[in-house]
Amino acid sequence: MFTELFYELRKAKVSASLKEYLALMEAMDARVANMSVEEFYYLSRATLVKDERNFDKFDVVFGHVFKGLESLDQDRTAEIPEEWLRKLAELTLTEEEMAEVEAMGGFEKLMEELKKRLEEQQKRHQGGNKWIGTAGRSPFGAYGYNPEGVRIGQEGSRHRRAVKVWDRREYKNLDDTVELGTRNIKIALRRLRRFAREGAALELDLPDTVRSTANNGGYLDLKLVPERHNTVKVLLFLDIGGSMDDHTRTCEELFSAAGSEFKHLEYFYFHNFIYEYVWRDNRRRHQERIPTWDVMHTYASDYKLIIVGDATMSPYEIAYPGGSVEHWNEESGQIWLDRLLTTYPSAIWLNPVTERHWTYTQSLQMTHQLMGGRMFPLTVDGLDRGMRELSR
Amino acid sequence: MKFTGTDSYVATEDLMVAVNAAITLQRPLLVKGEPGTGKTMLAIEVANAIAAPLIEWHIKSTTKAQHGLYEYDAVSRLRDSQLGDERVHDIANYIIHGKLWEAFESKERPVLLIDEIDKADIEFPNDLLLELDRMEFFVYETKRTIQSVHRPIVFITSNNEKELPDAFLRRCFFHYIRFPDRETMEQIVDVHYPGLKRNLLSEALNIFFEIREVPGLKKKPSTSELLDWIKLLVADDISPEVLRSRDMKTLIPPLHGALLKNEQDVHMFERLAFMARRESGI
Repeated sequence: MFTELFYELRKAKVSASLKEYLALMEAMDARVANMSVEEFYYLSRATLVKDERNFDKFDVVFGHVFKGLESLDQDRTAEIPEEWLRKLAELTLTEEEMAEVEAMGGFEKLMEELKKRLEEQQKRHQGGNKWIGTAGRSPFGAYGYNPEGVRIGQEGSRHRRAVKVWDRREYKNLDDTVELGTRNIKIALRRLRRFAREGAALELDLPDTVRSTANNGGYLDLKLVPERHNTVKVLLFLDIGGSMDDHTRTCEELFSAAGSEFKHLEYFYFHNFIYEYVWRDNRRRHQERIPTWDVMHTYASDYKLIIVGDATMSPYEIAYPGGSVEHWNEESGQIWLDRLLTTYPSAIWLNPVTERHWTYTQSLQMTHQLMGGRMFPLTVDGLDRGMRELSR
Repeated sequence: MKFTGTDSYVATEDLMVAVNAAITLQRPLLVKGEPGTGKTMLAIEVANAIAAPLIEWHIKSTTKAQHGLYEYDAVSRLRDSQLGDERVHDIANYIIHGKLWEAFESKERPVLLIDEIDKADIEFPNDLLLELDRMEFFVYETKRTIQSVHRPIVFITSNNEKELPDAFLRRCFFHYIRFPDRETMEQIVDVHYPGLKRNLLSEALNIFFEIREVPGLKKKPSTSELLDWIKLLVADDISPEVLRSRDMKTLIPPLHGALLKNEQDVHMFERLAFMARRESGI
C-alpha cells in the first residue's frame, strides 16, 4: 500500500527518494503517527514532499491511493479480519470478559451473528438489545455496554474528516507551474545574481594578509578586499500599449519584481518595436523621449538586455523605414534592434504570447530570428530558460 | 517528549506531527511559510515546551557553512606571536567555536535554530550535508573530530528566496506553515490577548481578512502584524463600534500603520476606500 503511494508520487513528478521513503518507514516504526489516517497523511507529507508547490499533487495522489479508506467508512458490511479482533480482545479483555465471550459461543459465533444481523438490518438503530446501533445492549455497535460488544463506527468519523483534509486541496494555488506570480519571477530572476568584489576595501583578506606578512619578515601587514556585491546590471525594455494591453498586468508584475532585485536596473518603454526613441514615463511619452543612441552610449555593454513584448504587429513595422504606426521612422526597426544586440551581446526577448502560437504570426517569427532564437515565453519555465541564457 | 503547542503558541495538527517526527527521528525540520506566520517562533516555543536550551544561528548573505563549525583566528595568533604571548603554542586557543559546535557539545539535548537559510549563498546547505546527517565534523587545525553528545533538534527556516538543493531536502522533514484560517487565528489572538472582548476581536478579524483579500497589495499583513495591530487597538482603547462604523466616515481602519507596511499599499487602500465611498454616495 505504501509502496504504491511512493510510486504514484514519483509518477506524478513529486521526486520522493528511497531515503525519504525509508525515513517514513522509520517514523511509522517509531509510532510518530498514532495510526490515524489523518496523522499518517501529515507525516507522509512532511517526509515525502519537500516543496509546498507539490502539496497539491501529493493531495491528489494520496486521495487516489487511499480512496478505499473512505468507502470503508460507509460500507459497513466490509469484512473486518477476524484475527484482528481476536488479538485486540486478547489484549484488552480481562479473563472474566473472555469467559463471557465464550458464553456467547466464542468468537466464531460472535462474528457469524454480526454478519447475519448486518444483513437483516437496514436502518439506523439506537437503543434496544438486538440490532446494531448506538447505546444499546446488543453485542454490536458503538458506545454500548455489552462486554461482548464489537465496536462499529465509533472511530469512523475520523476517517471521513481525514479524507477531507486532502480533498480540500488547500495548496492548489501554490502549485504554480502555470501561473506567474511575483514570487516566481523573483526566484527566476535571482538566477541572474552575480557576486563580485567592487568598491571600498572593507573585508580582511586572510590569505593575502598571511602572504604579505610573511614577505614583510613576520610583521603583521593587513590586506583588505572589497565586500562582495551583486553586480548584475539590467536594461529592461517594455512594450506598452496596443496589442500589449492584455499583458500589461503580467508585465507590471515582472517589473515590480525586478525593481528590488538588481542594483542597476534601467527600464524604458517602447511601442510595438524599438525605433530611435524610447521613454521612461508612459504618461509623458511625447514630451520626454530619450534617443535610443543615448541609451546605448550611456550604458556599457556589460548590461544585460531584456526586452518584453509580444512582437505581434505588421511585418512592415519591423522591416521598412516609415513602418512605425506612430511616427515616421527614418530607419527600420530591424536596424535598431540589430544595433541594440551588437551593443549588448547578452540579451533575451520575453514574450507573453503562448509558445505554441508563435508560428502563426509573421512578425513574431521575424523577431525570433532577429534575436537569434533567444526569445522565451513569459512563464516561470521560460523566465528560467531566459535567465540561464543570460548568465551564460 | 511530545510537542503539542504551548501557552503562547497555537500549533495545528499537521505542524505537531511534523515537529514530533523531527524530534523522534532526530532529523532536521525545514519550515517554510509566508513572512510573519511564526516560523522562527516555532523553534523558540519548542525549546520552551521541552525545556531544552536554544541555540540560534541567524544566517546572512555572507554567512559560510564554516562559520557554524569553527573559525581559526590566524590574525590574533600572529599578533600574539609577535608579542611573545605563551598562548601562541597551542593552536586550540585560536579556534573560535561556531553555533553547531556549541550545539554538539551541549550537555543537554539542545534545540538548534538555523534561521533564514535561504539568505546564504547557494552552496551553503550543501556544505552542511554531512554535518547535519552525522552530527559531527572534523577540525583540521587540531586533528579532532567533534561529535554531538546529544543529537540536537534542528529547525531550519526558509523564506523561499532560493531553491534548496535536493540532497539537502532529502535529509529533512518539511512543513509549510499555511496562513491560519479564521478559527485558528481566533485561537492565536486569544492566546496572546486572553481578555479581549469578543466583538472587538471579531470586528478586527473582519477587517484583517478583508485587507488580505484586497488584490495587488505588495505585502499582505500576516499574523504578527495582526497581533501588533490588536495590541495598538487595545492600548488606544478603541471600541468595536468604531471599527464597525468605519465604512461611514473613514474607510481606512484606525491605526492601519501596523497592518500596511508599505506606503504604496496605504495609498492604494485609500484610493479604494475613496472610490467605495463615492459609489455609496456618502
